[in-house]
Parts: sequence; C-alpha cells; structure tokens
Amino acid sequence: MSSEYLFAHKHILGLDHLTVPDIEHILTTAESFKEISSRAIKKVPVLRGKTVVTLFFEPSTRTRLSFDIAAKRMSADTFSISSATSSTTKGETLADTARNIEAMMPDILIMRHPSSGASHYLARHIKTSVINAGDGTHEHPSQGLLDLMTVKERKGTFSGLKVAIIGDISHSRVAHSDIIGFSKMGAHVFVSGPATLIPKKVEKLGATVCSSVADAVKDADVVMPLRIQKERQNDPLIPSFREYATFFCINREILQAAKPDALLMHPGPINRGVELAPDVADSTQSVILDQVTNGVAIRMALMYLVLGGK
Amino acid sequence: MSTVQAILLKNGRVIDPVNKLDKKASLLVEKGKIKAIFTARQKAAVLPKKLLSIDLQGKWIVPGLIDMHVHLREPGEEHKETIETGTRAAASGGFTAVACMPNTNPVNDSQSVTRLIMEKAENASARVYPVGAISKGSHGKTLAEFGEMQNAGAVAVTDDGRPVTDSQLMRRALEYASNYGLLVISHSEDASLSRNGAMNEGFLSTSMGLKGIPHIAEEIMVYRDLALAAYTGCALHLAHISTKESIDLIRQAKKRGVSVTAETAPHYFMLTEAAVQDYNTNAKMNPPLRTPKDREAVVQGIKDGAIDVIATDHAPHSTLEKDIEFDQAANGIIGLETAVPLALSLFRKGHINEARLVELLSVNPARILGVAGGSLAIGAAADITVIDPGQRFILRSGDIVSKSRNSPFIGTRLQGKAVLTLCGGTITHNAL
Repeated sequence: MSSEYLFAHKHILGLDHLTVPDIEHILTTAESFKEISSRAIKKVPVLRGKTVVTLFFEPSTRTRLSFDIAAKRMSADTFSISSATSSTTKGETLADTARNIEAMMPDILIMRHPSSGASHYLARHIKTSVINAGDGTHEHPSQGLLDLMTVKERKGTFSGLKVAIIGDISHSRVAHSDIIGFSKMGAHVFVSGPATLIPKKVEKLGATVCSSVADAVKDADVVMPLRIQKERQNDPLIPSFREYATFFCINREILQAAKPDALLMHPGPINRGVELAPDVADSTQSVILDQVTNGVAIRMALMYLVLGGK
Repeated sequence: MSTVQAILLKNGRVIDPVNKLDKKASLLVEKGKIKAIFTARQKAAVLPKKLLSIDLQGKWIVPGLIDMHVHLREPGEEHKETIETGTRAAASGGFTAVACMPNTNPVNDSQSVTRLIMEKAENASARVYPVGAISKGSHGKTLAEFGEMQNAGAVAVTDDGRPVTDSQLMRRALEYASNYGLLVISHSEDASLSRNGAMNEGFLSTSMGLKGIPHIAEEIMVYRDLALAAYTGCALHLAHISTKESIDLIRQAKKRGVSVTAETAPHYFMLTEAAVQDYNTNAKMNPPLRTPKDREAVVQGIKDGAIDVIATDHAPHSTLEKDIEFDQAANGIIGLETAVPLALSLFRKGHINEARLVELLSVNPARILGVAGGSLAIGAAADITVIDPGQRFILRSGDIVSKSRNSPFIGTRLQGKAVLTLCGGTITHNAL
C-alpha cells in the first residue's frame, strides 16, 4: 500500500462505494487484527472509550455477535437494540430512533434493517458513522469483505478466479455484495439457480448467468450456495424444497466438477439437505467456519477505519 | 383573490387553438365573462370606466389550464392537502380547473361524498370536477352508482390508485358509463406483476436491491383496456402512461378507430428511473419512472398525438409518508405548481409548438371530460391563464403553495411560469 493512501470513508454502506485500494486496505487491516482473536488475552485498547451501538431490526445471531465481539476485542463499549425493544414498535420513525441514539453520542451505529437503502437513509440523517450490517435485499458489506478475506487467505489472489454463487440471487444481499466485491477485485463471478431467483440484468453488476448449476460450478475455485426460501410475500419462487434439492443442491457429485482445491463457502445459516448436502458442508473443502472467524477481524477493521484509524 | 367588475388584459399574445387564434391582442373580461378580444389596430371595445388594466407585453394569454388528474386528499387525508390548499396550488400553477380522484377516505363512491366535495369546492380557487369510483370502495367487486354521482357533480369514474383487476367489472363499467356519457379513466396496472414493487424493474432496481415493477405490468393492462374499449365501443381514457410499449399500443388502437384518449405526467417526459438513486423517495411513484427509451417515447407520443393530455397526477404526501425507508414510502409527487415550466421545456426543445401546448393542458382535457373551457370564446366564463414563457426561477420548498412538498424538482432551475390566473373572471393567482 502506498504511503499516500488514506481511507476516507466515514460510513460503510456497501461494497458499491469502495474502491479496489479501499478493499485492499480493509483486508490488510483485518489480516493484522486477526491474530488478536487467537491471543490468550483477546483485547487491545484501540477503541477504548468509544461507544458502538448495534441496532438490529431483523433477527440475527452471528452477524450481531460478530460485531459485538469485534467491538469488545477493540475495547469499545457496546450496546444493543433490537426491533423487539426499539421504539419503532411504538410507531417512532427510523430517523427519530437514530437521532435519539445519536443524542447519546455514540461513535458508530451498526444497523441491520429489512428495507434496502435504510442505512443510506440513516447516514443522511445523522452524523455518527454508520456501518450497514445488511439492508433489505441490497448489500451486506461486512459479509462480502469477510468472504473476500477468506478467499484471499487460501488463494493468495483474486485475479482469474472463478466464483460460483448458487441459489436465491434475487433476495440475497450477500450475493449482491459478493458479486460487486469479487468482480471489482478481478475474479469472475458466475451465478446459477432457478430463473425465478435471478435478478433482472444482474450481468451488469458483473455476474455471468448460467442456466445449469453444473456450468456455473465447472472448474470453479469457489462454490457458494445460498439459503433458499420457498416464497416471499405471495411471490411463488420454487415449488418445493425437495425439487430444489434435486436440481440445485450442492452435493459431492456437483462439487466434483469444480477444481479439486475449490473452496466451499456459505454465508449461513445453512439449510442442510436443501442447498447444501451435509457431507459437503463438513468436508475439508468447506471454509464456512473460517468465514465466521474472519468476520470478527473484518468487523474490527471496519470499526477501526471508520473512526479514522490509519 | 380580488373581484373587480372589469379587467383588461392588454397587449399579450392570445393563443386559442380552438378559435385558431394566435396574435398580439387585448382581452376584456366583464362580469366574469370574456367580453371582447381585439388587436391594437382594431377599434377597442367600449371600455367600462372602472377597469383594472394589466399590461401583458411578452406574455401568453391562453384558455385556463385544466388538470384532469389530481389528488386533493379531502375528505380523509387533510394533513396532506385539502380542497382549499389544493386548488390554491392549482391557481398558483396556472390551472383554473382540476378533476380530483376518488381515492379519498371515504372513497368517493357515492353521491354523498361527491356532494361533500362539491360543497367544499364552492369557494375554492379553481373549479373542482369530482371523479367518482368505478367500484364501491374501489374494492373492484361491484359497480358504484354512476348516475347518482353524476347528478351530484361527477364528470368521470375511475378506481385510480389501484387497477380494476376483474376484466368483467371493467367491461361493465365501460358499458354502464356509456348510458350517462361518463368517461371511464383506467389506472392500468397488472397488480400481480407489480406487487410490492418500489421502482422500475431493471439493472437499477437490482443494483439498489429494490423490488422492481416491470413495464409489462402497465402494458398488459393497457392492452386489456384497449381490447375492452374496442369490443364494447365505449370511450376509455388511460391515466398516467409511462412506457414505450403502452404508447405504441395506444397509437395502434387510435389508428384502428378505438375510442381512446391518454394522458401522461410531466415527470414521465422529464425524468428517468435514475432520479431514485440514493433512495430519493420524492422520485418514487406509481407507475414508476422508467428508462430513457420510455421517456423518449413519451415525448414522441406527445408530439404525434398518441398522448392527448398532460395531467400532473398531483399526489401530495407529508413527510410522515415520504421521509421514511424507500420501500415503505408512499407513491406520488406534487405537480400542479411545476406543470407549466416542465411542459414549456417541450416547447423550448422544439418538440411541440405553443398551440399544441395549450391543447395538451387545456383544450383536450376540457373536451375529454366534457366540461366547459378550453377556449377563449366570447361570452364564455373568463377562465384564463397568463404565462410568462421566459421567466426563470429556482423552485424553493418555501414557495410551494400546496400543503405538501414532495417534489423531485425542488432546487432545480425552471423556466416559464403562470403569472396570472383568472377563474370565472376572478383573479385567483397574481405573480405579476
């Protein structure tokens, strides 16, 4: 990294607004923070005295815990608000909720919200740094970055890699951030799944659409099945999980078409036996738990960087 | 508002396509009616002694503008707009009459609601023509009482805000309305295709993670409605047309002699889906803003006559409905106070001439709705709009007369303005 480089983002809303040097800098920073988590005393004073608030309007186990652990390992004080306890259930608007939290002077607000663009909305209304922990079907930047980190760790580079993402591309903010992130970094992203779940003009985001899973997975360096839902808001998407598993499940046989050293990834939580065969999930190719470990490092890096860390 | 017995609009350019008039002239208004139109060389009419004389050098004097598609929100949503504030916004934008959509609360689906609107509109700043519902409650099940609503003052029927999904009901509406000479206005949308959609479907909706509304959601219903109009032989008016294929379908239907007219709104010829970037809820509407190709087709439709009317679809919403998450925000923007400068941009770009502009904003809406106005006939009510085509201004939120401020044009430079509005000889707006 050249010495003139300056990470200039106050908010992390998506991979869309990050440049290649930004992403490289985040990954490098995360790599240097990763070691902290394997120490006996897992705490550094980098964010001592800083206040981090997580505001989750959707259920989440790992992302929320991951941010919480990341903040605490940096010595920040963390506070959690979930939709069940927030004022929005009393009819308060998101802007009012955010302004009230802001009045208590936090340094970072981390939000997950079911509406696409909700974190952009938040960033417009308040001065606190906002980190998007998933907005609707739009982006999930910290997940995209931890996926990049996991691949970089194993493959050393992104250039020329074939990344196959299989399943519900339409409603997956992870797929969205991954397509943008991997394409930006020089990998080729292939997507496949039921045509009902492939968004319009996704090619323009940088993905190649394959109608068969086999084509997408063939010679791939990374294979990533996504969690699937049968229908959403009266929109019929697939007839049954059984049929989905028959034609789109990533199993041993399908995975054999990929490169022998291909990585198997999944953003979780897994529907075992639906989008991913159990034996594959637990195979040596699986880096699913590495993703989770790296998630903490990425989130440490993001919090450090938005608060002006160099 | 001020009423004087006589007003002389001096030395303006009088543009009246119906009477094939386009010349520098003066217009005398007396007792609420147009008394005379005369040039400087012609012998002036006998001018009354008490006379308000207004010099209109360089301005256009045109028949009062008529917006056949507005939402006045009263009864039921008075925090967004009322008949009083909405008609003041209309006058300020140069309109002398508006047709108000029935999706109020309660829905205007009966003579009692129609009457309430007519009563509230008695002292309003513009003529108000209520449009009744097609179906009771606009639920799309059974016909509303068209004849009684017409007797109470309704000039058309529509379930605007939502489509008539049931094709048999739409057919019956067209047939039944023909008994009364009532116009049926269709909000053409296949709701099963547009359900939960927040913007036009395409790369941008994918990129923003928003559920898209495909252009075919409009076109499939436009085709159905055209087929029903052709089959029944009844008159049909299509509201807020936004896509290229819709316009092609309308053009073909007109060629075949189908009794159809169509309107578009200024935002469909001014903006594209790009306006919603950054999750700007003031560019969220239904139908949604479309692609550059659609925008160009709308302009072409306005030029060649596939589109008959520019109507604003004035849809006021407060910050309660707009300053929230994009997918939760209400559809629609205000339009009464920006229609004149936006329509004039078509003129300045050479797409339409002055006469066509007046047709789109006055002559055709009057003819299609079957209401008075649309021309400057001697003896007719003095519904007159004076436009300064050159005046430049920046639209400021604080200058908006409507109760709501949900416009994507706030902060933009506009050119052309209604500077004087007369409704029945009464000055309802004066910015001279």
